Amino acid sequence: MEDTLHKIVTPARLIRVTLVFSAGFLLVAILAVMVGPSEITPLELLKALLQGRPEGEAAADPGRTILFSIRIPRVLFAGIVGAALATAGVVFQALLRNPLADPFVLGVSGGASVGAIAGILLGAAALPFGTPLLAFAGALAAAFLVFGTARRSTTLSSNTLLLAGVIVNAFTSAVVMFLLSVSTRGEVHNALFWLMGDLGLASGRDIGLAALILLAAFVLIYAHGRALNLFVIGEDTALRLGVSVESTKKVLLAAASVLTAVTVSLCGIIGFVGLIIPHMMRMVLGSDHRLLLPASLLFGGAFLVVADAFSRTLMAPAELPVGVITALCGAPYFVYLLRRSAP
Amino acid sequence: MTPAIRLEFVSFRYDQAWVLREVSLEVERGGFLGILGPNGSGKTTLLNLVDGILSPREGRVFLEGEDAATLDRDELARRVAVVPQDSPLIFPFTVQEIVLMGRTPHLGRWRFEGQRDFEIARDAMKRTGTLPLAGRPMSELSGGERQRVLIARALAQEPRILLLDEPTSNLDIHHQLAFFSLVEDLNRTRGLTVVAVSHDINLASLYCRRIALLKDGAVCGEGRPEDIITEESIRDVFGAPVRVDRHPETGRPRITPIRHHLPERGSRWETGAAPQL
Repeated sequence: MEDTLHKIVTPARLIRVTLVFSAGFLLVAILAVMVGPSEITPLELLKALLQGRPEGEAAADPGRTILFSIRIPRVLFAGIVGAALATAGVVFQALLRNPLADPFVLGVSGGASVGAIAGILLGAAALPFGTPLLAFAGALAAAFLVFGTARRSTTLSSNTLLLAGVIVNAFTSAVVMFLLSVSTRGEVHNALFWLMGDLGLASGRDIGLAALILLAAFVLIYAHGRALNLFVIGEDTALRLGVSVESTKKVLLAAASVLTAVTVSLCGIIGFVGLIIPHMMRMVLGSDHRLLLPASLLFGGAFLVVADAFSRTLMAPAELPVGVITALCGAPYFVYLLRRSAP
Repeated sequence: MTPAIRLEFVSFRYDQAWVLREVSLEVERGGFLGILGPNGSGKTTLLNLVDGILSPREGRVFLEGEDAATLDRDELARRVAVVPQDSPLIFPFTVQEIVLMGRTPHLGRWRFEGQRDFEIARDAMKRTGTLPLAGRPMSELSGGERQRVLIARALAQEPRILLLDEPTSNLDIHHQLAFFSLVEDLNRTRGLTVVAVSHDINLASLYCRRIALLKDGAVCGEGRPEDIITEESIRDVFGAPVRVDRHPETGRPRITPIRHHLPERGSRWETGAAPQL
């Protein structure tokens, strides 16, 4: 076993992989901060970072203001959202034993969007966390609906799963459209953009909240890393190896739904990140979730940072919804996976 | 000494119909019990009650003298390991990853496998002849190889009781014999208590020291193979006509199926009753 021991997840390998992926994320983030309508050169960036956030007179410096109040928060937020979606994707794929699962495909994002829009229209945004909480309720309802449908058959076929997701998506988008068409409020104006993902809406407070929730959910999920490996083998096997399957499943489902709900309530529906990233990481690193989770977290973040950079620059000065970019990459990848997994 | 497994008037049903009815059974420590019975007689349900996947509706299951209902999942998994029927693998785990999963009930949530766990896993793979496959993806193996990997995983659990659920149903005769010889060896050398559900009466007769016959959710005979496997009992339990003679080397009972004589049209057989023999 010594000769193949390096393929097993050890603390040393975990640290190595995490460092490499962190470095990659940092590099991508630095590049993304520099691109935009007004280019920032590496030298300017370095200088600005050393000087820190502009205050007083320095606030007049447009370069530094753009950097600190627009670019850096935006890149950070894209990273957090990408990381959250990829992590949620890893969990959904393991629990459903299906590489085609992802928050968007399963309709969990759709459920969250109903909650979020209802929240905005009902004025729940005035309450602390009103909209995210409603989005969470919607996401949870959709997740349990899909899992409930899927439970009927012991070996879950991709067909059943995707069909359940399609139905939930059709239903939730109908509800969203209904809510939009009966409302007269001003917020709805942005809704169309929001439906395809808009990373420019979040405030500094929102970003902080998202980061906190991502951290908490990730720690919770990572604590079940070994259990996730066993779920992939089968729920019976997980039970027989000492996992309390039903309670663990609920905890993980709730954590992945929270991650989905937070992203949807803050920036709308961004599809396919949770589908592509876990699959790619599995091809590179193997199936052990103790490695897969941190790698997907960081790579998912980097992926959405890049996608967002493209969405800001491709049609500049106009901005594309970032969901357009991820769907353009993700949908073909989905078809490729579907064809490969077909018998 | 308390028996390894003791079932006391265990009954179980999923919805309405009882799958098991007041089953009482004992397996001594280091015993090797084969459970035989037709499809739907409750064999797999019986195993699932022992490994705690299901809980009895009535009656109690004792493992080494302790009520299984009072043991937590980790403790159960340290005592009982199951070699399940082969099932497809969706994500590409390697053989050594699968075997190391057997260490789960011995490890805390945050602990990684240590040197001792690697040694136990290596020993389990050596024992089952799967060490050369260690780095291969499970999905690339043959049915016989996968079955041996699943035993290796069960051994890595360091259980005292090993349950086998029709482990050889997809294997050819060479791998069937190899599988049972391995299990018998583990039973003898490590004192592992073995309970095997099987469809193969001859294999069970050859390897198991005791046999239980299950019919319609009830045990209708338990004892040494030579006392249990008879032409009458097989006809009664399986509704199949067989001749029973002795295995030329071991003297254990050996069955030979004889051809069904289809009864006349409209007879009891066509209406679902057992064939007239």
